[in-house]
Amino acid sequence: MSEELHDVRLTVNGATHDIRVPARRLLSDALRHDLKLTGTHVGCEHGVCGACTILVDGEPMRACLMFAVSAVDHEITTVEGLADEDGTLSPVQQAFAECHGLQCGFCTPGFLTTITAGLEANPCPTHDEAREMIAGNLCRCTGYQNIVKAVERAAVLRQAQEPA
Amino acid sequence: MTSKLMGQGVQRVEDQRFLRGQGRYVDDVAVEQDVLHAAVLRSPHAHARVLDIDVSDVLDVEGVHLVYTYEDLTGPMAEPLPLLIPHPALTEGRTQYALAKDEVNYVGEAIAFVVAEDRYIAEDAVSKIRVQYEFLPAVVGVDAARAATDLVHADVPGNIAAKLEQNVGDAVAAIAAAPHKLELELTIERSACTPMEGRGTVARWDRDLNRLQLWTSTQSSTGVRAAVAVKMGLDLGQVDVITPDVGGGFGVKINHPWPEELLVPLAARVLGRTVKFTEDRREHFISSAHERGQVQHIEVGFDDDGRLLGLNVEFWHDHGAYIPYGLIVPIITSTQLLGPYKPQNYRVYFESLYTNTVMVTPYRGAGRPQGCYAMERTMDAIAKYLGKDRAEVRAVNFIQPDEFPFDQGLIFQDGRELEYDSGDYPASLEKIKALVGWDEFPAFKAEMAAEGRRVGIGLACYVEGTGVGPYEGAHVHIETTGKVKVATGLTTQGQGHATVFAQLVADELGVKFEDVEVVTGDTRRMPYAVGTFASRAAVMSGSAIHLAAKRAKEKALKIAGEALEADPADLEIVDGVVSVKGSPGSSIDLGTVSVLSNPLRYAFDEASKAATQFSVGDPGKPPVPEDEEPGLEGRDFYSPERATFASGMHAVIVETDPDTAEITILKYAVVHDCGNLINPMIVEGQIHGGVAQGIGGALYERMAYDESGQLLNASFMDFLMPYVTEVPDGIDIDHLETPSPLNPLGIKGAGEAGVIPSAAVFAAAIEDAEAPYVPGLVITAMPISPSELYALRHSQGLENS
Repeated sequence: MSEELHDVRLTVNGATHDIRVPARRLLSDALRHDLKLTGTHVGCEHGVCGACTILVDGEPMRACLMFAVSAVDHEITTVEGLADEDGTLSPVQQAFAECHGLQCGFCTPGFLTTITAGLEANPCPTHDEAREMIAGNLCRCTGYQNIVKAVERAAVLRQAQEPA
Repeated sequence: MTSKLMGQGVQRVEDQRFLRGQGRYVDDVAVEQDVLHAAVLRSPHAHARVLDIDVSDVLDVEGVHLVYTYEDLTGPMAEPLPLLIPHPALTEGRTQYALAKDEVNYVGEAIAFVVAEDRYIAEDAVSKIRVQYEFLPAVVGVDAARAATDLVHADVPGNIAAKLEQNVGDAVAAIAAAPHKLELELTIERSACTPMEGRGTVARWDRDLNRLQLWTSTQSSTGVRAAVAVKMGLDLGQVDVITPDVGGGFGVKINHPWPEELLVPLAARVLGRTVKFTEDRREHFISSAHERGQVQHIEVGFDDDGRLLGLNVEFWHDHGAYIPYGLIVPIITSTQLLGPYKPQNYRVYFESLYTNTVMVTPYRGAGRPQGCYAMERTMDAIAKYLGKDRAEVRAVNFIQPDEFPFDQGLIFQDGRELEYDSGDYPASLEKIKALVGWDEFPAFKAEMAAEGRRVGIGLACYVEGTGVGPYEGAHVHIETTGKVKVATGLTTQGQGHATVFAQLVADELGVKFEDVEVVTGDTRRMPYAVGTFASRAAVMSGSAIHLAAKRAKEKALKIAGEALEADPADLEIVDGVVSVKGSPGSSIDLGTVSVLSNPLRYAFDEASKAATQFSVGDPGKPPVPEDEEPGLEGRDFYSPERATFASGMHAVIVETDPDTAEITILKYAVVHDCGNLINPMIVEGQIHGGVAQGIGGALYERMAYDESGQLLNASFMDFLMPYVTEVPDGIDIDHLETPSPLNPLGIKGAGEAGVIPSAAVFAAAIEDAEAPYVPGLVITAMPISPSELYALRHSQGLENS
């Protein structure tokens, strides 16, 4: 009665990983427990909190609402893949540090990925757009005040990085 | 040049790993290893006898390693979980078993425990366990508990665990003689901490060392260590408890041991494998803890100025199915209710009641939000009755700055006198009025009314006993590299301890901030500790670390004095270099001092060789003289006589929609006094988070139990925790810094304050917004939703539309 296993090739942060998992294995669990990429956090397992948000072909997706087998042929980016290879924090990460945008840090990876994609789509958000950008993620520590500031700061840092 | 870091908004050191996805939370521990995973069968019924548990189908499931029911537990493990904080008034204390014995008393109570290859298989196995129940009537809510038609525990009459009364003067007589009297009936519903990370435990039995290593997401690693040792029959010295990064606590993780904190290490020892339990979100709702549910009856007598003459409060506290954390929450409500006021005569009486619901343990604020709600609603009622300004009525009742220390004449939660150490409430009131625009508000309200808009303002004040004892300790070790390693035993769940404690050490020792590394919650590094609750970490461990750093500095200066042939009093330490003041040429690195402090036989490195140029110690004495120890270390403990009392005031301006009764926050203002600030950026972050949590508790969150004891909203889909869309765009904060005389840094706790006045301040503001249109509208139940406000408009008075 053992479960049928499937060969799955995942492309995460530019590296390929071959794993063998049951069809029901959540992508969040595959990332965390099979690939040992524990930066992606699981806060609710029903797609509401956003802590497990990753980028799938650049689009923010809830890893707890995807199966590992359905992630084949997609480029996945997790929080571990946001900083430069030399370790320099990305503008969004840097902005969170500067603005005290995190406390316990558990929801943070989901905010970082969400905002990374958000600023890609809208590099110069208005204040209301900055709030809207994070309106699908839960944080219990910060009251969101400094996360909104971090979105705006990240937009500035991003622009400063653009080649003139 | 090192500048003073105390008081500066230093960026957090822990952020570097959190931002890179390199935090190490409990579910991340041992992820590289072949770990077994646990799942728990939980009662689907609120009250039932357990007649039979059949696990025979489970053993056939491939990948299952172990199944436990109560029958499998022996010795101390088969006894009820500890009643952590006994109290003479708690005559009927009941706690659950690690796995249910004969009876279940809430939906979510643990019945069986399965360990399997992964969580999926463990849950498959749980679903194959068959339990026969005999249903018993469920007692849900304070009213049902008080009626006691049915009993939660057959041997607890009236469902009453405890009754407690405290008196100052004669409140009943004073009220009877008072020129004016009022009575209020108030209710406040349940909410919960709901940290983003639930509970979790990992255990490994090391056969080589014959000891247990336990990682758990807790607010008290030393508490868990002692509990696990007792339950497993181990020596304390055989158990290491390590608190990894914790994804939020807010109180719920102070309770311990949870059943899984015992069953996971038991299974790990039996199986000889690393075992992990990670709570899921539904489990967190139904099998951790809630708080806040109370019904309150208040009688107050006062004079023409609104000055309190007598206050008589009775309340009924719903503590759920069991009471492991004792009476801490209702005792805090009953004492902290007084806030910044002098009631003159006060009587408080409460009953702590069993219900067939999830148990109640402290949630950020820990009974204070309920107390503040009772007191501040009373102040509003007095002002309304007398036709006076609400701020004025509060002001006439304030304890004045020259009256500190002020003894309220009660016994606080720590068993000590409720004596306020310092504060300046009139100054806070002036600040909050200015910050929110109190005096200008009537004009604004009139202007809005002309546009057909309803706006209201509310004000609420609180005093919070923080930094309760008994103690915390710290160990400071200056290594031969000059790096400083600091350990304190209490835990961290987002407060930035690694940053603020490093600030204190850098200041005291004169070392670079980046050379200081702080570890919390690891019993291997500091086995004596209490825990992180009651806004006590900065006060308790901050003070202990300051004292330990002082000791390390004294030793460093003594050795450096010998090496430099100078009087220690003439030395200073700047950026980790000890030098003679005014003579910078004569200097020695702290790292070299550390080498000198330990008369080793061997030279390992350049630092050891460098040390040979200096001569220390008396050649006529042993290399380590009597009463001294090798190594450049300092260790000390801080144990205050009593708590230090922080305070603050919140004000909010809300708008209520005339048609839909939607409630919108227009302005939220906070004046906060936690004594001297270590890191204002972190303190403000704590306030932001508290305010958001308070908004949730006042306007959105509740535990929706049906009459059979099913929690209907046990998910983030249905339990309405605020997103950014529910919190105001900006929170105005002003600080007052009234130092505490009780600790060397003059600090007070800040963690819980932001959440305390929320129910009170929103009830006041919404009532004020409605007053011109529905004059009879009184808000006596919180939280309040738009539909409830709409219903109140129509039930309490006809709309003047």
